[in-house]
Amino acid sequence: MSAIFKREFVSYFTSPVAYVVLAAVMFFSGIFVWVQCLYVGTSDMSSVFQSMFFIMLFVIPLITMRLFSEDKKQKTDQALLTAPVSIAGIVSAKFLSALLMLLLCLCSFIVDGVALSFIGYPDWSVIIGNVFGMVLMGAALAAVGIFVSSLTESVIVAAIVSFAVNVLISLLDTVASTMPVAFLKNFVSSLSFQTRYGHFALGLFPLSDIIYFASVCLVFLFLTDRVLERRRWA
Amino acid sequence: MIKVRNLTKSYVRNKALDDVSFTLEDGDILGFLGPNGAGKSTTMNIITGYLSSDEGSVEIDGTDIMEEPERAKKKIGYLPEVPPLYNDMTVQKYLEFMFRLKKVRLPMKEHIFKICEMVKITDVQDRIIKHLSKGYRQRVGLAQALLGDPPVLILDEPTVGLDPQQIIEIRKLIRELGKEHTIILSSHVLSEVQAVCDKIIIINHGRIAARGLTAEMTRTGDSTQRLNLVIEGKNTAVKALLSRIDGVSDVMDKGECEKGCYEYTVDCKKDVRRLIFRAIARSDFSILSMSPVGVSLEDTYLDIISGKTEEED
Repeated sequence: MSAIFKREFVSYFTSPVAYVVLAAVMFFSGIFVWVQCLYVGTSDMSSVFQSMFFIMLFVIPLITMRLFSEDKKQKTDQALLTAPVSIAGIVSAKFLSALLMLLLCLCSFIVDGVALSFIGYPDWSVIIGNVFGMVLMGAALAAVGIFVSSLTESVIVAAIVSFAVNVLISLLDTVASTMPVAFLKNFVSSLSFQTRYGHFALGLFPLSDIIYFASVCLVFLFLTDRVLERRRWA
Repeated sequence: MIKVRNLTKSYVRNKALDDVSFTLEDGDILGFLGPNGAGKSTTMNIITGYLSSDEGSVEIDGTDIMEEPERAKKKIGYLPEVPPLYNDMTVQKYLEFMFRLKKVRLPMKEHIFKICEMVKITDVQDRIIKHLSKGYRQRVGLAQALLGDPPVLILDEPTVGLDPQQIIEIRKLIRELGKEHTIILSSHVLSEVQAVCDKIIIINHGRIAARGLTAEMTRTGDSTQRLNLVIEGKNTAVKALLSRIDGVSDVMDKGECEKGCYEYTVDCKKDVRRLIFRAIARSDFSILSMSPVGVSLEDTYLDIISGKTEEED
Protein backbone atom coordinates (compact mmCIF):
# COMPACT_ATOMS: atom_id res chain seq x y z
CA MET A 1 0.00 0.00 0.00
CA SER A 2 2.77 2.44 0.88
CA ALA A 3 4.41 1.57 -2.46
CA ILE A 4 1.32 2.72 -4.37
CA PHE A 5 0.99 5.83 -2.24
CA LYS A 6 4.58 6.79 -2.86
CA ARG A 7 4.42 6.07 -6.58
CA GLU A 8 1.27 8.10 -7.08
CA PHE A 9 2.57 11.04 -5.13
CA VAL A 10 5.92 11.07 -6.95
CA SER A 11 4.18 10.78 -10.30
CA TYR A 12 2.39 14.09 -9.68
CA PHE A 13 5.83 15.62 -9.91
CA THR A 14 7.12 13.62 -12.86
CA SER A 15 4.11 14.86 -14.83
CA PRO A 16 3.11 18.53 -15.12
CA VAL A 17 0.05 18.00 -12.89
CA ALA A 18 1.66 19.01 -9.58
CA TYR A 19 3.22 22.14 -11.03
CA VAL A 20 0.06 23.25 -12.82
CA VAL A 21 -2.08 22.67 -9.74
CA LEU A 22 0.32 24.33 -7.32
CA ALA A 23 0.84 27.27 -9.67
CA ALA A 24 -2.92 27.71 -10.12
CA VAL A 25 -3.63 27.68 -6.39
CA MET A 26 -0.78 30.07 -5.58
CA PHE A 27 -1.66 32.38 -8.46
CA PHE A 28 -5.32 32.68 -7.53
CA SER A 29 -4.79 32.89 -3.79
CA GLY A 30 -2.19 35.59 -4.49
CA ILE A 31 -4.62 37.54 -6.64
CA PHE A 32 -7.40 37.28 -4.08
CA VAL A 33 -5.12 38.30 -1.24
CA TRP A 34 -4.02 41.30 -3.25
CA VAL A 35 -7.53 42.34 -4.30
CA GLN A 36 -9.44 41.47 -1.15
CA CYS A 37 -6.84 42.19 1.54
CA LEU A 38 -4.02 44.44 0.38
CA TYR A 39 -6.05 46.64 -1.93
CA VAL A 40 -8.85 47.30 0.54
CA GLY A 41 -6.44 47.48 3.46
CA THR A 42 -7.56 44.58 5.67
CA SER A 43 -5.83 41.52 7.03
CA ASP A 44 -9.08 39.54 7.25
CA MET A 45 -8.64 36.60 4.86
CA SER A 46 -12.13 35.10 5.09
CA SER A 47 -13.28 36.59 1.78
CA VAL A 48 -10.17 35.10 0.16
CA PHE A 49 -11.28 31.67 1.28
CA GLN A 50 -14.80 32.23 -0.05
CA SER A 51 -13.33 32.93 -3.48
CA MET A 52 -10.85 30.06 -3.29
CA PHE A 53 -13.70 27.66 -2.63
CA PHE A 54 -14.55 27.81 -6.34
CA ILE A 55 -10.94 27.48 -7.45
CA MET A 56 -10.69 24.26 -5.45
CA LEU A 57 -13.66 22.85 -7.36
CA PHE A 58 -11.50 23.16 -10.50
CA VAL A 59 -8.27 22.04 -8.94
CA ILE A 60 -9.32 18.83 -7.21
CA PRO A 61 -10.49 17.05 -10.39
CA LEU A 62 -7.01 17.74 -11.80
CA ILE A 63 -5.49 15.98 -8.82
CA THR A 64 -7.74 12.93 -8.98
CA MET A 65 -8.42 12.56 -12.72
CA ARG A 66 -5.73 10.05 -13.61
CA LEU A 67 -5.64 7.98 -10.44
CA PHE A 68 -7.64 5.05 -11.84
CA SER A 69 -8.41 5.96 -15.45
CA GLU A 70 -4.75 6.02 -16.42
CA ASP A 71 -4.12 2.63 -14.80
CA LYS A 72 -6.95 1.12 -16.74
CA LYS A 73 -5.80 2.64 -20.01
CA GLN A 74 -2.15 1.64 -19.60
CA LYS A 75 -3.18 -1.78 -18.26
CA THR A 76 -1.09 -1.18 -15.18
CA ASP A 77 -4.16 -2.09 -13.15
CA GLN A 78 -3.16 -5.68 -13.94
CA ALA A 79 0.01 -5.19 -11.95
CA LEU A 80 -1.88 -3.70 -9.01
CA LEU A 81 -4.73 -6.18 -8.97
CA THR A 82 -2.51 -9.24 -9.28
CA ALA A 83 -0.19 -8.01 -6.52
CA PRO A 84 -0.73 -9.16 -2.94
CA VAL A 85 -2.68 -6.03 -1.97
CA SER A 86 -6.39 -5.69 -1.34
CA ILE A 87 -8.52 -3.45 -3.51
CA ALA A 88 -9.35 -1.35 -0.46
CA GLY A 89 -5.61 -0.91 0.05
CA ILE A 90 -5.15 0.29 -3.52
CA VAL A 91 -8.05 2.73 -3.25
CA SER A 92 -6.92 4.18 0.05
CA ALA A 93 -3.30 4.51 -1.10
CA LYS A 94 -4.40 6.52 -4.12
CA PHE A 95 -6.77 8.59 -2.02
CA LEU A 96 -4.05 9.42 0.48
CA SER A 97 -1.67 10.50 -2.27
CA ALA A 98 -4.37 12.86 -3.60
CA LEU A 99 -4.94 14.14 -0.09
CA LEU A 100 -1.26 14.87 0.42
CA MET A 101 -1.20 16.75 -2.87
CA LEU A 102 -4.18 18.75 -1.67
CA LEU A 103 -2.47 19.58 1.62
CA LEU A 104 0.51 20.82 -0.33
CA CYS A 105 -1.80 23.14 -2.28
CA LEU A 106 -3.36 24.45 0.92
CA CYS A 107 0.07 25.37 2.25
CA SER A 108 -0.09 28.41 0.01
CA PHE A 109 -2.72 29.88 2.38
CA ILE A 110 -0.31 29.55 5.27
CA VAL A 111 2.27 31.39 3.16
CA ASP A 112 -0.30 34.12 2.45
CA GLY A 113 -1.13 34.37 6.13
CA VAL A 114 2.54 34.66 7.09
CA ALA A 115 3.04 37.31 4.42
CA LEU A 116 0.08 39.29 5.76
CA SER A 117 1.35 39.04 9.32
CA PHE A 118 4.31 41.24 8.37
CA ILE A 119 2.03 44.16 7.52
CA GLY A 120 -1.04 43.47 9.66
CA TYR A 121 -2.68 41.14 12.13
CA PRO A 122 -4.41 38.29 10.25
CA ASP A 123 -6.78 36.24 12.37
CA TRP A 124 -5.08 32.85 12.53
CA SER A 125 -8.16 31.12 13.86
CA VAL A 126 -9.97 32.08 10.63
CA ILE A 127 -7.06 30.85 8.51
CA ILE A 128 -6.71 27.56 10.36
CA GLY A 129 -10.46 27.02 10.43
CA ASN A 130 -10.68 27.60 6.71
CA VAL A 131 -7.74 25.40 5.87
CA PHE A 132 -9.23 22.69 8.05
CA GLY A 133 -12.57 23.08 6.30
CA MET A 134 -10.88 22.92 2.92
CA VAL A 135 -9.03 19.76 3.87
CA LEU A 136 -12.32 18.11 4.80
CA MET A 137 -14.22 19.39 1.81
CA GLY A 138 -11.28 18.67 -0.47
CA ALA A 139 -11.07 15.12 0.84
CA ALA A 140 -14.75 14.59 0.06
CA LEU A 141 -14.35 16.09 -3.42
CA ALA A 142 -11.25 13.97 -3.99
CA ALA A 143 -13.20 10.83 -3.08
CA VAL A 144 -15.84 11.81 -5.63
CA GLY A 145 -13.10 12.44 -8.20
CA ILE A 146 -11.50 9.07 -7.52
CA PHE A 147 -14.83 7.37 -7.93
CA VAL A 148 -15.42 9.08 -11.28
CA SER A 149 -11.88 8.21 -12.35
CA SER A 150 -12.54 4.53 -11.68
CA LEU A 151 -15.49 4.61 -14.09
CA THR A 152 -13.66 5.68 -17.22
CA GLU A 153 -10.49 5.05 -19.19
CA SER A 154 -10.27 8.65 -20.31
CA VAL A 155 -8.44 11.12 -18.11
CA ILE A 156 -10.23 14.05 -19.76
CA VAL A 157 -13.67 12.57 -19.21
CA ALA A 158 -12.77 11.86 -15.57
CA ALA A 159 -11.71 15.48 -15.07
CA ILE A 160 -14.76 17.02 -16.73
CA VAL A 161 -17.31 14.74 -15.09
CA SER A 162 -15.85 15.10 -11.61
CA PHE A 163 -15.72 18.86 -12.07
CA ALA A 164 -19.40 18.87 -13.04
CA VAL A 165 -20.30 16.68 -10.06
CA ASN A 166 -18.25 18.87 -7.73
CA VAL A 167 -20.03 22.01 -8.89
CA LEU A 168 -23.39 20.33 -8.55
CA ILE A 169 -22.95 19.05 -4.99
CA SER A 170 -21.31 22.26 -3.90
CA LEU A 171 -24.05 24.50 -5.16
CA LEU A 172 -27.01 22.42 -4.04
CA ASP A 173 -28.03 25.29 -1.77
CA THR A 174 -28.96 27.41 -4.78
CA VAL A 175 -31.12 24.53 -5.99
CA ALA A 176 -32.60 24.29 -2.50
CA SER A 177 -34.29 27.67 -2.77
CA THR A 178 -36.45 26.36 -5.62
CA MET A 179 -37.79 23.47 -3.55
CA PRO A 180 -41.51 23.75 -2.79
CA VAL A 181 -41.53 22.18 0.68
CA ALA A 182 -39.54 23.46 3.65
CA PHE A 183 -38.46 19.93 4.55
CA LEU A 184 -36.93 19.33 1.08
CA LYS A 185 -35.44 22.78 1.11
CA ASN A 186 -33.59 22.04 4.35
CA PHE A 187 -32.57 18.59 3.25
CA VAL A 188 -31.09 19.62 -0.09
CA SER A 189 -29.42 22.61 1.44
CA SER A 190 -27.85 20.45 4.10
CA LEU A 191 -26.25 18.30 1.40
CA SER A 192 -24.59 21.31 -0.17
CA PHE A 193 -20.84 21.51 0.29
CA GLN A 194 -20.98 25.27 0.25
CA THR A 195 -23.37 25.44 3.20
CA ARG A 196 -21.21 23.01 5.13
CA TYR A 197 -17.98 24.70 4.23
CA GLY A 198 -19.44 28.10 5.16
CA HIS A 199 -19.49 27.07 8.81
CA PHE A 200 -15.74 26.52 8.81
CA ALA A 201 -15.22 29.84 7.04
CA LEU A 202 -16.90 31.52 10.00
CA GLY A 203 -14.33 29.94 12.30
CA LEU A 204 -16.63 27.18 13.62
CA PHE A 205 -15.79 23.46 13.88
CA PRO A 206 -19.25 21.84 13.86
CA LEU A 207 -19.02 18.12 14.52
CA SER A 208 -21.96 17.44 12.18
CA ASP A 209 -20.09 18.97 9.24
CA ILE A 210 -16.95 17.02 10.02
CA ILE A 211 -18.98 13.82 10.11
CA TYR A 212 -20.78 14.80 6.91
CA PHE A 213 -17.59 15.30 4.89
CA ALA A 214 -16.04 12.17 6.37
CA SER A 215 -19.06 10.09 5.40
CA VAL A 216 -19.10 11.44 1.83
CA CYS A 217 -15.46 10.42 1.67
CA LEU A 218 -16.09 6.92 2.92
CA VAL A 219 -19.15 6.37 0.73
CA PHE A 220 -17.35 7.29 -2.48
CA LEU A 221 -14.20 5.36 -1.59
CA PHE A 222 -16.36 2.37 -0.86
CA LEU A 223 -18.13 2.79 -4.21
CA THR A 224 -14.75 2.94 -5.94
CA ASP A 225 -13.78 -0.29 -4.25
CA ARG A 226 -17.01 -1.86 -5.52
CA VAL A 227 -16.43 -0.61 -9.07
CA LEU A 228 -12.99 -2.23 -9.16
CA GLU A 229 -14.29 -5.45 -7.64
CA ARG A 230 -17.19 -5.55 -10.04
CA ARG A 231 -14.89 -5.18 -13.02
CA ARG A 232 -13.39 -8.55 -12.20
CA TRP A 233 -16.80 -10.11 -12.73
CA ALA A 234 -17.60 -8.27 -15.95
CA MET B 1 1.41 -26.82 -7.63
CA ILE B 2 -1.38 -25.42 -9.76
CA LYS B 3 -4.81 -26.98 -9.71
CA VAL B 4 -7.39 -25.54 -12.07
CA ARG B 5 -10.83 -27.05 -11.77
CA ASN B 6 -13.83 -26.54 -14.05
CA LEU B 7 -13.23 -22.90 -14.88
CA THR B 8 -16.18 -21.33 -16.62
CA LYS B 9 -16.43 -17.68 -17.53
CA SER B 10 -19.00 -15.86 -19.61
CA TYR B 11 -18.86 -12.36 -20.95
CA VAL B 12 -22.02 -10.53 -21.90
CA ARG B 13 -22.42 -12.16 -25.29
CA ASN B 14 -20.23 -15.21 -25.37
CA LYS B 15 -18.82 -17.96 -23.26
CA ALA B 16 -15.11 -17.26 -22.88
CA LEU B 17 -14.24 -20.40 -20.96
CA ASP B 18 -16.14 -23.62 -20.68
CA ASP B 19 -15.13 -26.16 -18.07
CA VAL B 20 -11.35 -25.81 -18.22
CA SER B 21 -9.42 -28.07 -15.83
CA PHE B 22 -5.81 -29.07 -15.53
CA THR B 23 -3.16 -29.79 -12.91
CA LEU B 24 0.52 -28.94 -12.94
CA GLU B 25 3.25 -30.39 -10.77
CA ASP B 26 6.33 -28.58 -9.48
CA GLY B 27 8.70 -27.72 -12.29
CA ASP B 28 6.24 -28.30 -15.12
CA ILE B 29 6.31 -25.96 -18.08
CA LEU B 30 2.91 -25.83 -19.71
CA GLY B 31 2.35 -24.32 -23.14
CA PHE B 32 -1.01 -22.80 -23.91
CA LEU B 33 -1.80 -22.84 -27.60
CA GLY B 34 -4.81 -21.57 -29.41
CA PRO B 35 -6.04 -19.03 -31.92
CA ASN B 36 -6.77 -15.43 -30.94
CA GLY B 37 -9.75 -15.14 -28.66
CA ALA B 38 -9.66 -18.81 -27.69
CA GLY B 39 -9.52 -18.00 -23.98
CA LYS B 40 -5.80 -18.20 -23.22
CA SER B 41 -5.52 -14.75 -21.68
CA THR B 42 -8.82 -15.13 -19.85
CA THR B 43 -7.58 -18.34 -18.24
CA MET B 44 -4.34 -16.66 -17.22
CA ASN B 45 -6.19 -13.64 -15.86
CA ILE B 46 -8.34 -15.92 -13.73
CA ILE B 47 -5.38 -17.93 -12.44
CA THR B 48 -3.65 -14.72 -11.37
CA GLY B 49 -6.76 -13.35 -9.69
CA TYR B 50 -7.22 -10.41 -12.06
CA LEU B 51 -10.59 -11.75 -13.18
CA SER B 52 -13.06 -13.90 -11.33
CA SER B 53 -14.46 -17.06 -12.82
CA ASP B 54 -18.19 -17.73 -12.84
CA GLU B 55 -17.56 -21.28 -11.73
CA GLY B 56 -14.61 -23.42 -10.79
CA SER B 57 -11.57 -22.88 -8.64
CA VAL B 58 -7.86 -22.19 -8.89
CA GLU B 59 -5.44 -23.45 -6.28
CA ILE B 60 -1.86 -22.22 -6.17
CA ASP B 61 0.34 -24.41 -3.98
CA GLY B 62 -2.66 -25.33 -1.87
CA THR B 63 -3.99 -21.75 -1.58
CA ASP B 64 -7.27 -20.84 -3.26
CA ILE B 65 -6.98 -17.62 -5.27
CA MET B 66 -10.54 -16.57 -4.45
CA GLU B 67 -10.45 -17.39 -0.77
CA GLU B 68 -6.98 -16.17 0.16
CA PRO B 69 -6.09 -13.88 -2.72
CA GLU B 70 -3.23 -12.06 -1.03
CA ARG B 71 -1.47 -15.24 0.00
CA ALA B 72 -1.95 -16.88 -3.38
CA LYS B 73 -0.91 -13.79 -5.34
CA LYS B 74 2.41 -13.71 -3.51
CA LYS B 75 3.30 -17.01 -5.12
CA ILE B 76 2.66 -15.83 -8.68
CA GLY B 77 4.72 -13.77 -11.07
CA TYR B 78 2.56 -12.57 -13.94
CA LEU B 79 3.50 -11.10 -17.29
CA PRO B 80 0.20 -10.09 -18.95
CA GLU B 81 -0.30 -9.71 -22.68
CA VAL B 82 0.47 -6.00 -22.42
CA PRO B 83 3.30 -5.53 -19.90
CA PRO B 84 1.90 -3.40 -17.04
CA LEU B 85 4.53 -0.66 -17.17
CA TYR B 86 4.35 2.86 -15.79
CA ASN B 87 5.65 4.94 -18.67
CA ASP B 88 6.71 7.87 -16.53
CA MET B 89 9.14 5.86 -14.39
CA THR B 90 12.67 4.68 -15.00
CA VAL B 91 13.21 0.94 -15.22
CA GLN B 92 15.01 0.90 -11.87
CA LYS B 93 12.31 2.95 -10.09
CA TYR B 94 9.58 0.82 -11.63
CA LEU B 95 11.19 -2.41 -10.48
CA GLU B 96 11.69 -0.94 -7.01
CA PHE B 97 8.02 -0.04 -6.97
CA MET B 98 6.96 -3.53 -8.04
CA PHE B 99 9.37 -5.01 -5.51
CA ARG B 100 7.64 -3.13 -2.71
CA LEU B 101 4.18 -3.69 -4.14
CA LYS B 102 4.79 -7.44 -4.09
CA LYS B 103 6.10 -7.22 -0.54
CA VAL B 104 9.26 -9.11 -1.44
CA ARG B 105 11.55 -9.81 1.49
CA LEU B 106 14.95 -9.96 -0.16
CA PRO B 107 17.78 -7.45 -0.32
CA MET B 108 16.27 -5.05 -2.87
CA LYS B 109 19.20 -3.63 -4.81
CA GLU B 110 20.98 -6.98 -5.28
CA HIS B 111 17.79 -8.82 -6.17
CA ILE B 112 16.74 -6.28 -8.79
CA PHE B 113 20.25 -6.24 -10.23
CA LYS B 114 20.30 -10.04 -10.45
CA ILE B 115 17.00 -10.09 -12.33
CA CYS B 116 18.07 -7.30 -14.67
CA GLU B 117 21.13 -9.38 -15.49
CA MET B 118 18.96 -12.42 -16.16
CA VAL B 119 16.72 -10.66 -18.67
CA LYS B 120 19.57 -8.46 -19.92
CA ILE B 121 18.21 -5.00 -19.21
CA THR B 122 21.06 -3.66 -17.06
CA ASP B 123 21.98 -1.20 -19.82
CA VAL B 124 18.58 0.53 -19.72
CA GLN B 125 18.02 0.52 -15.95
CA ASP B 126 18.16 4.31 -15.74
CA ARG B 127 16.10 5.02 -18.83
CA ILE B 128 12.48 6.15 -18.69
CA ILE B 129 10.19 3.31 -19.75
CA LYS B 130 8.30 5.50 -22.22
CA HIS B 131 11.42 5.71 -24.40
CA LEU B 132 12.13 1.97 -24.54
CA SER B 133 11.66 -0.24 -27.60
CA LYS B 134 9.10 -3.03 -27.68
CA GLY B 135 11.72 -5.68 -26.94
CA TYR B 136 13.01 -3.90 -23.89
CA ARG B 137 9.50 -3.19 -22.62
CA GLN B 138 8.70 -6.87 -22.93
CA ARG B 139 11.82 -7.79 -20.96
CA VAL B 140 11.10 -5.23 -18.25
CA GLY B 141 7.66 -6.84 -18.01
CA LEU B 142 9.33 -10.22 -17.62
CA ALA B 143 11.68 -8.79 -15.00
CA GLN B 144 8.77 -7.58 -12.87
CA ALA B 145 7.19 -11.04 -13.07
CA LEU B 146 10.41 -12.59 -11.77
CA LEU B 147 10.70 -10.25 -8.78
CA GLY B 148 10.67 -12.15 -5.52
CA ASP B 149 11.36 -15.53 -7.18
CA PRO B 150 7.71 -16.63 -7.12
CA PRO B 151 7.28 -20.41 -7.46
CA VAL B 152 4.67 -19.95 -10.20
CA LEU B 153 5.22 -17.91 -13.37
CA ILE B 154 2.38 -17.06 -15.73
CA LEU B 155 3.70 -15.60 -18.97
CA ASP B 156 1.29 -14.41 -21.65
CA GLU B 157 3.20 -14.45 -24.93
CA PRO B 158 6.57 -13.70 -23.37
CA THR B 159 8.58 -13.40 -26.59
CA VAL B 160 6.32 -11.05 -28.55
CA GLY B 161 8.26 -8.14 -29.96
CA LEU B 162 11.69 -9.60 -29.37
CA ASP B 163 14.28 -10.08 -32.10
CA PRO B 164 15.33 -13.63 -33.02
CA GLN B 165 18.44 -13.61 -30.85
CA GLN B 166 16.53 -12.30 -27.85
CA ILE B 167 13.82 -14.90 -28.44
CA ILE B 168 16.43 -17.64 -28.21
CA GLU B 169 17.86 -16.11 -25.03
CA ILE B 170 14.46 -15.73 -23.37
CA ARG B 171 13.49 -19.29 -24.28
CA LYS B 172 16.71 -20.49 -22.75
CA LEU B 173 15.95 -18.42 -19.68
CA ILE B 174 12.44 -19.86 -19.40
CA ARG B 175 13.76 -23.41 -19.68
CA GLU B 176 16.31 -22.56 -17.01
CA LEU B 177 13.59 -21.09 -14.77
CA GLY B 178 11.47 -24.16 -15.37
CA LYS B 179 13.86 -26.20 -13.27
CA GLU B 180 12.74 -24.42 -10.12
CA HIS B 181 9.46 -22.78 -11.10
CA THR B 182 6.14 -23.98 -12.39
CA ILE B 183 5.48 -22.07 -15.58
CA ILE B 184 2.48 -21.52 -17.79
CA LEU B 185 3.17 -19.70 -21.03
CA SER B 186 0.97 -18.94 -23.95
CA SER B 187 2.15 -18.44 -27.45
CA HIS B 188 1.14 -18.30 -31.07
CA VAL B 189 4.50 -19.61 -32.09
CA LEU B 190 4.25 -23.37 -32.25
CA SER B 191 7.97 -23.97 -32.47
CA GLU B 192 8.39 -21.96 -29.29
CA VAL B 193 5.99 -24.09 -27.31
CA GLN B 194 7.61 -27.16 -28.78
CA ALA B 195 11.07 -25.95 -27.80
CA VAL B 196 10.26 -24.79 -24.28
CA CYS B 197 7.33 -26.70 -22.81
CA ASP B 198 6.98 -30.27 -21.57
CA LYS B 199 3.20 -30.19 -21.60
CA ILE B 200 0.82 -28.66 -24.08
CA ILE B 201 -2.81 -27.66 -23.87
CA ILE B 202 -4.55 -26.58 -27.03
CA ILE B 203 -7.52 -24.40 -26.28
CA ASN B 204 -10.19 -23.44 -28.78
CA HIS B 205 -13.51 -21.64 -28.31
CA GLY B 206 -12.94 -21.63 -24.55
CA ARG B 207 -12.59 -25.40 -24.28
CA ILE B 208 -9.57 -27.63 -23.99
CA ALA B 209 -9.36 -29.20 -27.41
CA ALA B 210 -6.31 -31.36 -26.77
CA ARG B 211 -3.69 -31.94 -24.12
CA GLY B 212 -0.61 -34.04 -23.74
CA LEU B 213 3.12 -34.20 -23.38
CA THR B 214 5.01 -32.28 -26.02
CA ALA B 215 6.84 -35.45 -27.03
CA GLU B 216 3.56 -37.27 -27.63
CA MET B 217 1.99 -34.49 -29.58
CA THR B 218 4.86 -33.95 -31.95
CA ARG B 219 6.31 -37.40 -32.56
CA THR B 220 9.37 -35.92 -34.26
CA GLY B 221 12.47 -38.08 -34.27
CA ASP B 222 10.30 -41.15 -34.69
CA SER B 223 12.03 -42.05 -37.92
CA THR B 224 10.02 -45.17 -38.70
CA GLN B 225 7.23 -43.16 -40.21
CA ARG B 226 8.41 -41.27 -43.23
CA LEU B 227 11.70 -40.28 -44.84
CA ASN B 228 12.62 -37.53 -47.24
CA LEU B 229 15.44 -38.47 -49.62
CA VAL B 230 17.39 -36.76 -52.35
CA ILE B 231 19.21 -39.30 -54.55
CA GLU B 232 21.36 -38.78 -57.61
CA GLY B 233 20.54 -41.16 -60.43
CA LYS B 234 17.81 -42.20 -62.83
CA ASN B 235 14.51 -41.89 -61.03
CA THR B 236 12.74 -45.02 -62.29
CA ALA B 237 15.67 -47.23 -61.35
CA VAL B 238 16.07 -45.62 -57.94
CA LYS B 239 12.38 -45.92 -57.27
CA ALA B 240 12.41 -49.60 -58.16
CA LEU B 241 15.45 -50.15 -55.97
CA LEU B 242 13.87 -48.38 -53.00
CA SER B 243 10.60 -50.26 -53.36
CA ARG B 244 12.40 -53.61 -53.09
CA ILE B 245 13.87 -52.76 -49.67
CA ASP B 246 12.29 -54.73 -46.85
CA GLY B 247 10.05 -52.50 -44.70
CA VAL B 248 9.33 -49.85 -47.31
CA SER B 249 5.64 -49.55 -47.94
CA ASP B 250 5.47 -46.71 -50.42
CA VAL B 251 7.82 -44.59 -52.50
CA MET B 252 6.74 -41.29 -53.96
CA ASP B 253 8.78 -39.55 -56.61
CA LYS B 254 8.52 -35.83 -56.00
CA GLY B 255 10.42 -34.81 -59.10
CA GLU B 256 13.82 -33.50 -60.09
CA CYS B 257 15.24 -31.03 -57.61
CA GLU B 258 18.75 -30.58 -59.05
CA LYS B 259 20.18 -31.74 -62.33
CA GLY B 260 20.08 -35.53 -62.27
CA CYS B 261 18.86 -35.64 -58.67
CA TYR B 262 15.38 -36.58 -57.56
CA GLU B 263 13.50 -36.16 -54.36
CA TYR B 264 11.55 -39.05 -52.85
CA THR B 265 9.25 -39.55 -49.95
CA VAL B 266 9.43 -43.00 -48.48
CA ASP B 267 6.83 -44.42 -46.13
CA CYS B 268 8.07 -47.29 -44.08
CA LYS B 269 6.95 -49.69 -41.36
CA LYS B 270 10.25 -49.83 -39.51
CA ASP B 271 13.54 -47.97 -39.38
CA VAL B 272 14.97 -48.54 -42.87
CA ARG B 273 17.58 -45.81 -42.95
CA ARG B 274 20.58 -48.18 -42.78
CA LEU B 275 19.09 -50.54 -45.35
CA ILE B 276 18.50 -47.68 -47.77
CA PHE B 277 22.01 -46.41 -47.23
CA ARG B 278 23.60 -49.80 -48.02
CA ALA B 279 21.32 -50.51 -50.99
CA ILE B 280 22.08 -47.15 -52.61
CA ALA B 281 25.79 -47.44 -51.81
CA ARG B 282 26.01 -50.85 -53.55
CA SER B 283 24.44 -49.33 -56.69
CA ASP B 284 25.81 -46.46 -58.81
CA PHE B 285 23.52 -43.94 -57.15
CA SER B 286 24.38 -41.59 -54.30
CA ILE B 287 22.34 -40.32 -51.40
CA LEU B 288 22.59 -36.52 -51.17
CA SER B 289 20.26 -36.14 -48.23
CA MET B 290 18.08 -38.24 -45.98
CA SER B 291 15.85 -36.81 -43.27
CA PRO B 292 13.03 -38.22 -41.19
CA VAL B 293 9.70 -36.40 -41.37
CA GLY B 294 7.82 -36.39 -38.10
CA VAL B 295 4.25 -35.37 -37.52
CA SER B 296 4.87 -31.77 -36.52
CA LEU B 297 3.03 -29.94 -33.78
CA GLU B 298 1.78 -27.71 -36.54
CA ASP B 299 -0.08 -30.64 -38.12
CA THR B 300 -1.62 -31.63 -34.81
CA TYR B 301 -2.54 -28.04 -34.04
CA LEU B 302 -4.16 -27.35 -37.38
CA ASP B 303 -6.07 -30.63 -37.24
CA ILE B 304 -7.48 -29.74 -33.85
CA ILE B 305 -8.27 -26.12 -34.59
CA SER B 306 -10.01 -26.97 -37.83
CA GLY B 307 -12.05 -29.53 -35.91
CA LYS B 308 -10.73 -32.76 -37.45
CA THR B 309 -9.80 -34.25 -34.10
CA GLU B 310 -11.85 -34.09 -30.93
CA GLU B 311 -10.44 -34.77 -27.54
CA GLU B 312 -11.36 -38.16 -26.23
CA ASP B 313 -12.52 -37.03 -22.77
